[in-house]
Amino acid sequence: MKNKIAWLSAPYVLWMALVVVAPIIMVVFYAFTTAEGLAQWGEIPITEIFTLDNFARMGTYTVIFARSFQLALVATIVCLLLGYPLAYVMAKEGPGFQRMAMVLIMLPMWVNFLLRTYAWMAILENNGILNNFFEAIGLFDLINRIFGTDLTYFRMIRTQGAVVLGMVYNYLPFMVLPIYSVIIKLDHSLLEAARDLGANSAQVFRKVIFPLSLPGVLSGVTMVFVPSVSTFAISRMLGGNNQMLLGNLIEQQFLGGAYNPYLGSAIALVMMIIVIVCMVVMNHFGEGEEQAVML
Amino acid sequence: MRRYRIGSRFYMALIFLFLYAPILLLVVFSFNDANSNVVWQGFSLRWYEELFRDRQIMGAVYNTLLVSVLATAISTVVGTFTAVGLFGMRRRWRDPILTVNNIPIMNADIVTGVALCIFFVTVIAGWNGVVVEGWNGFVTYLEENFRRTLPRMGEVNMGFTTLLLAHISFDIPYVILNVLPKLRQMDRSLIDAAQDLGCTWMQAFRKVVIPEIKPGIVSGALIAFTMSVDDFVISYFTAGSASTLSIEIYGMVRKRVSPELNAVSTLLFGVVLVLLIIINVREWRLEKRQTAGT
Amino acid sequence: MKKITALTLACSLALGLFLSGCAMEESTSGSMSFTAGSGSTAGNNSSSTTGSKREVNVCSWGEYIDESLIDKFEQETGIKVNYNTAPSNEELYSLLQSGGVNYDVIVPSDYMIARLISEDMLQPLDYSKIPNYEKIDEQYKGLSFDPNNEYTVPYTWGTLGIIYNTTMVDEPITSWEVMFSDEYAGNILLIDNSRDAFGMALYYLGYDVNTTDEAQIREAAQLVADAKARGVYDGQGMDEVFQIMEGGNLAIATYYAGDFLSMHENNPDLAFCVPEEGSNWFVDAMCILKSAKNVDEAHEWINFIASTESNLANMDYIWYASPNAEALEQYPAYYEETYGEPLDQELYEIMAAPKDVLARCSMYENLPAETLALYNDLWIELGI
Repeated sequence: MKNKIAWLSAPYVLWMALVVVAPIIMVVFYAFTTAEGLAQWGEIPITEIFTLDNFARMGTYTVIFARSFQLALVATIVCLLLGYPLAYVMAKEGPGFQRMAMVLIMLPMWVNFLLRTYAWMAILENNGILNNFFEAIGLFDLINRIFGTDLTYFRMIRTQGAVVLGMVYNYLPFMVLPIYSVIIKLDHSLLEAARDLGANSAQVFRKVIFPLSLPGVLSGVTMVFVPSVSTFAISRMLGGNNQMLLGNLIEQQFLGGAYNPYLGSAIALVMMIIVIVCMVVMNHFGEGEEQAVML
Repeated sequence: MRRYRIGSRFYMALIFLFLYAPILLLVVFSFNDANSNVVWQGFSLRWYEELFRDRQIMGAVYNTLLVSVLATAISTVVGTFTAVGLFGMRRRWRDPILTVNNIPIMNADIVTGVALCIFFVTVIAGWNGVVVEGWNGFVTYLEENFRRTLPRMGEVNMGFTTLLLAHISFDIPYVILNVLPKLRQMDRSLIDAAQDLGCTWMQAFRKVVIPEIKPGIVSGALIAFTMSVDDFVISYFTAGSASTLSIEIYGMVRKRVSPELNAVSTLLFGVVLVLLIIINVREWRLEKRQTAGT
Repeated sequence: MKKITALTLACSLALGLFLSGCAMEESTSGSMSFTAGSGSTAGNNSSSTTGSKREVNVCSWGEYIDESLIDKFEQETGIKVNYNTAPSNEELYSLLQSGGVNYDVIVPSDYMIARLISEDMLQPLDYSKIPNYEKIDEQYKGLSFDPNNEYTVPYTWGTLGIIYNTTMVDEPITSWEVMFSDEYAGNILLIDNSRDAFGMALYYLGYDVNTTDEAQIREAAQLVADAKARGVYDGQGMDEVFQIMEGGNLAIATYYAGDFLSMHENNPDLAFCVPEEGSNWFVDAMCILKSAKNVDEAHEWINFIASTESNLANMDYIWYASPNAEALEQYPAYYEETYGEPLDQELYEIMAAPKDVLARCSMYENLPAETLALYNDLWIELGI
């Protein structure tokens, strides 16, 4: 009977082969070919159609790779620094309070993320809400009087800082939730034991709580880093188009001005590999504790 | 201890301020009389009126809801059956399938998006070529496609159907991953007992298994629905000439965003908020009654 | 793996409250819409071929039509209009290349039309079905992009120029120089497409804007790149210019005359100039793609849009000058009638540039493939 039930998943396995595996194979195929090569299909030996040209061209974009990683890394660190304490203090509250806090963290995700990011545009503009507020309270006058400058606004939007802010704002819940879910399940007898053995609160945190919450931290880090390194909407909206990131580069090859799906596939492939490497490294660190995270 | 509590509450309040300030802004300015998200010019409901007259936005909202509902429904059914199948499968087979199942969840959205985009374009090309001109048509089509001359789109194009397929493909994994743990928790002897008592397998499935895993199915469906409504990146690459709310907003964000969109998001946000409040109140009353009863 | 866990947990915690209550309803309604849905999507696919419902797929630019015209057309003809927008000519081209779209009518600019024609992507129009074509001024027919009038019906025309906020600059701007000097560094928005961005540098350097001379193009690109490296531009943008300039966030930007006028409505401090070194004048025209499925409907749409009434409504809404001679002439009267006040002559001349301004302007022509590739490479270099 067991085997008969197993056939229930056959349609989905077929579907996955078609809609999950086949597209990835196509990305790999496109990544190793070019329009020029494919145009000569049948005229030149098939081995010559495959080429590493797309990867060679990527050298030009080293700056973009570096910038994407740097910004995503900064955003991840900021999320961790903001998110860990939040998850920690949340877990210490009463159950009713916890449930409310949880709802409050989830709720913004039901407002379209593009609109939330757009709201930040209105806040951060040179003539936006924040600058108008500073103006109204006379902050600029004060600064100008002290430093002899003629400041009329803070430059916030269209900077790398704004892009990082957008990432932190959008992905902070992804950091808080997994950490919270681990901390809340910590065995209290362990903490008591540590205290009984003479550890102070700082020591309990450093030696017991933090190491035990590491799986949550690691999954939070991946869940923030992956979307940050691949975003293109946030950088487009808050970065003023002159802070191109990997996501923008890929988008441009498919739907933007520089149509070249071959190069785009190659960059997407590299990104996929990076994500896999991240996962493997993270899983290696969190090995064994995975089960604890799974329900 | 008390001081600690005040400090921690203050910190939480700060973070929530950070999370909610932009949303508050959107809500407040949806009632603004002026076409601006910065300058307040007085209270008005004009954007709500204009919203309901705006075909493009209403069409996009309709599309978003339709694709999300359909994708959720299909994914829930398919995902549940698949999970049951996987449950009855040997580990040796199940593990690789689960690994592939995780790909759409782990991968960056943009990679999934462009992969599906390439896939759909090629399949549509092949389909049109074959249907219209047979095998030769397929070969010519591919050649033309590679030579970057005009793709000859025939009867089928990227549009609502490809959008729906894409949504189903990233929704199903969430359903499976929610149903599977519930199956594992289920007491297997229940099925055997039901069958011993004369149930057919189908009856046992309907009357025993489904009620057991219902919470998993529902939470899977809810997550799938949320993912669908919220998705922008994958839709952007697979929607072709169809449009969803996210795509519409992305187009507008480049120009000036009409406060109608503030109105849309206020309405959607309001619906979710009211739902949550109702449920919480009901839950709270239930708990109270229970404690009063005992 | 962990992403799921967290999400699952999060969602079930936030909504876990639901679970008990509406589980049953959820699954029944779900399976119902499943069957209904698969039926209707299949119906969607066949509708265009069976001809049960007439429709036309139009792709234009953002806020580039008076939307009431769409309703009017639908009411008059019963043809459903699927109206889409693209951000720029280059991106429209990509969209067509990727093959993911099924547009019938597009409204590209002159140089892009030439490119589409040379790549055999457009189909010749049947002008007998477009009687309103007669009303288009001879001035906009037989232009370089479509010399024999086979493929296009002009939609609008206008000029490219500098938009500036009079409260944020010291004196009126008359030259492209301001785009490359440090005077307003950090207060300028660079236009986000290669043709216009390098074009303004070519005008400034006094070269032909359609030059194929690599050295000249490189010099122009270098001029832009140097300015960018010095921090002259606060950002790059196309339609972003609307909120940036209307909100008084930056002092100077480069954009099109029609769009300037619509920004001016919202912020009267803005001013426009066509620089003395010369600038681009462009024609956007309606064309039908070779892959179009609704050719008859497309012709009807084009004819409808080319009429004098539609052109007047459009001009009033989007502020781009009409190529319809009657409409252009009648517009000041139309404006006065609609708004009860005369149209500012200065604004009218920005919309429909007079002969002496047009004299220093030139049209972009389609460039040979090598030059396009050079533009593309230089643009990518700049973008990095």
